[in-house]
Amino acid sequence: MAGSGIAHLRDAADTLLQARELTVEFPLGGDRIVHAVSGISFDIAKGETLGLVGESGCGKSTTGRAILQLPSPTRGSVTLNGEDLTALDSGAMRAHRTDVQMIFQDPISSLNPRRSIGDVVAEPLHVWGPKDKELQWEIVAKMLDAVGIDPDVARHKYPHEFSGGQCQRISIARALVLEPELIICDEPVSALDVSVQAQILNLLEDLKAEHGLTLVFIAHDLAVVKNISDRVAVMYLGKMCEMSESDELYAHPAHPYTQLLLESSPIPDPTVEIDSEMIAGGELPSPINPPSGCRFRTRCDRADDTCSDVEPMMRRIKDDHHVACHHPLVPVEEVTVDIS
Amino acid sequence: MTAVSNAMDQQKGSDDKPLLVVDDLRTYFEVPAGSVKAVDGVSLSLGRGRTLGVVGESGSGKTVLSRSIMGLNVASNAHTTGSVLYDGQELVGMPIKDMKHLWGASMAMVFQDPMTSLNPVVKVGRQLTEHMRHHLGLSKAEAKENAVELLRSVRIPEPEERFGNYPHQLSGGMRQRVSIAIALACGPKMLFADEPTTALDVTVQHQILNLLAQQQQERGMTMILVTHDLGVVAGRADEIAVMYAGKVVEKAPTKTLFSEMHHPYTQALLWSIPKTSNPKHTRLSAISGRPPDLVNPPSGCKFSPRCPYAQDRCHEEEPSLAKGVGEGHTFACHMPVGSPASQEAFDRNLEAGLPQTLAAAGRIGATEDLPIESWQ
Repeated sequence: MAGSGIAHLRDAADTLLQARELTVEFPLGGDRIVHAVSGISFDIAKGETLGLVGESGCGKSTTGRAILQLPSPTRGSVTLNGEDLTALDSGAMRAHRTDVQMIFQDPISSLNPRRSIGDVVAEPLHVWGPKDKELQWEIVAKMLDAVGIDPDVARHKYPHEFSGGQCQRISIARALVLEPELIICDEPVSALDVSVQAQILNLLEDLKAEHGLTLVFIAHDLAVVKNISDRVAVMYLGKMCEMSESDELYAHPAHPYTQLLLESSPIPDPTVEIDSEMIAGGELPSPINPPSGCRFRTRCDRADDTCSDVEPMMRRIKDDHHVACHHPLVPVEEVTVDIS
Repeated sequence: MTAVSNAMDQQKGSDDKPLLVVDDLRTYFEVPAGSVKAVDGVSLSLGRGRTLGVVGESGSGKTVLSRSIMGLNVASNAHTTGSVLYDGQELVGMPIKDMKHLWGASMAMVFQDPMTSLNPVVKVGRQLTEHMRHHLGLSKAEAKENAVELLRSVRIPEPEERFGNYPHQLSGGMRQRVSIAIALACGPKMLFADEPTTALDVTVQHQILNLLAQQQQERGMTMILVTHDLGVVAGRADEIAVMYAGKVVEKAPTKTLFSEMHHPYTQALLWSIPKTSNPKHTRLSAISGRPPDLVNPPSGCKFSPRCPYAQDRCHEEEPSLAKGVGEGHTFACHMPVGSPASQEAFDRNLEAGLPQTLAAAGRIGATEDLPIESWQ
C-alpha cells in the first residue's frame, strides 16, 4: 500500500478494538510534518492476536502507542468495547488505562533498576488495586508464578540480577496484574536470543489461553509474527499494505512489499537457494515527504503511472485477506464491500 | 586496487595451506568472582577464501573468540593462551606494535552496531581514508579516489557526496555499508563479521549479507561470520562451528551440519527458530534454562543441565570432540542425536518428566522450565 480504505474491517459483534482512519503526525516546526501513521484502519476481535509487521520507521510502534493514546492520534478514532478513546478527557481515559497494557522491547531498561521486583510488579496495584498490601502481594505472587518466576525468590531482588528473558517475564507479569483486556506487545522478543525467544512466545500463547487475552503483537521478524498471530497487518511508511489471516498471508502474499519481506527473511535450511541479486536500494523514503500515490512505488518493480497518481484502496481477495495495491500478485475481487 | 590484486596473487601461490590455524585457544578474564572462561580450548583451521559461520547464544564466547583471534582483548584482566597461526605468523603473544601492521590492513572486522562503531564527530571520508593513508602510504587525493570507489562498490548512491557526510546523516543500512567499506579499504585477506546484520531490518540484512558474499568472492577473502541466527549462516557459510560455554561443540560443512547434526545443542538451536513454513500457533521447542555461569560451569558436559537427552554420564564426564561420518564433521557429545542410544535416552527422560525434555518435546509451557536454583 500504502493505501487506505476500510474494506477489510469486519462487522463482527465480538470486536474488542476498532481503529478507523488512525493518523499520527509529529510537527517538526516550519511546514514540516512527520507522517508517522497515515489513515490506517483495523479491528481486533476478542481473544485474537493481531500481528503488526514492517521495517523500522513504518509506524508500527506509533500505531501501538496511538491505541493507548500515548500520544493521542492526530485524527481518527480508537474504539475499545464500543467507547471512543480519542473522545475521552484525560480523567476518563485514566480510568480506561487498566484495560490496555503494554510490554516493551528492551526488558532491562523497561524495569526501574532501583526498585525491587516485588515493588515493580505491584506498582499498578498501588494505583488501581486493593489497598491491602498482603492482598496486593498475593496477586503479584500469582502473576510472577504464572510467568515462571519464583515469587518468594524474586520479591526482594533487583532487575540487574535477572537475565533478559527473565526481565521480559517480569514485564509481562507487570502488564498482567490489572487483568487488562488488551496487551500491546512492542517487539517483546527482538532483544532476546532465539532460545529465550521461543520460551517467551510459548509463554504468551499460554497466558493468552489462560487469561483470555487479546494481543497486538508488533515485530519486524515475519516468522515470529506468523507463529503468534491469528491475523497479520503489513505496514509500510505509515500505511497498511495488506491484512490477512496469517497462514493465508504467508502462503499467498498479494502485496509486492509483503513478498519482498518474505523473500528477505533468512531460512535456516542450506538447501534453499538464496536470491543473491538483491544488493542495493531498498531505503525507506522520508516520512516527512512521502511519495505520492502508493507509498511503496519507489521500491516496487510493478509500479507504473497509476501508482504515482492514485492511492490504492483496500480491496478484497477473499474472506479475511485484503490488499491495497493496484497490481497485486493475487487477483482481487473487483467489487469492494463497504461495511460502513 | 593494487592491494587487492597483490592479495589475490599471494593467495594463488599458497592455496594448499590454510590461512588460519587456531589451536587450543583459551581466553580467560580475571574477575573478583574468579576466572571467566569465555573461550575454553577452541581449535579450528580455515582455508583461504572460505567462510566459517560461528553460531551460539549470547555468552557462548563467539564474539570473544573472534576478538581473541585478532588479538583485540587488550584489557589487563584478559589472558589469552594457545596458538593462532595466521598466514604462518603466530599472533598469540605478538606485541601490539607488530599487531598494528595487521589490524585494518591484513585482517579487518565489521562490528554489530553501525551506530556505535563509527565515530560520530568525524566525517565518513576521513574514517575511510585514515588507515588507507597509514597502511598503504597513499596521498590524500589517491586515498579519496579509492574511498569513493569503495563506497560505490558497497552500493552507496552518490558516493562523492556521502564522502563528506557525518554518520548521523546516513541510515542504519548505509552506515553498515560504510563500516564494510572501511573494513575492505586496505584489501584484507581475512574479514571478521561480528553479527553484522543483527541491528538491521530483514530487507537490509538480506542486502548486506549479499554484499559481503559478493565482496568476498571478488576479493578472494577468508571470512568468519559470527551470528546467533542459524538462518543467517545457512546458505552463506562453507562450514559452521556451533559454540557453547566457550567451546566448539559441533563443527561441520554447512549442509552436513543441517542434515546430520549430532549435538543436541545444534538441534535445539534449530528447533527453537520459528519458521514461516509452519502453520500459525505452532508450539516452539524451547531450550529450557539459560547459558551456564562461565566462572563455575557445570561439571561434565556444559550443556547437560539443559539437554533433553542428558544421562548420568553426561553430568559427570565431559565429552571430547569426536569425528562424525561426514568429512570434516566433529562433535562433542555422549548421546549424539540420531543414534539409537539418544532416542532411548530422550524417551527415558520424557518418561521421567525432565523439564528440559518436556520443553523440547513442546509438551509444556515455558512457564515451568526455568531452573530456579541457578539464581538462588
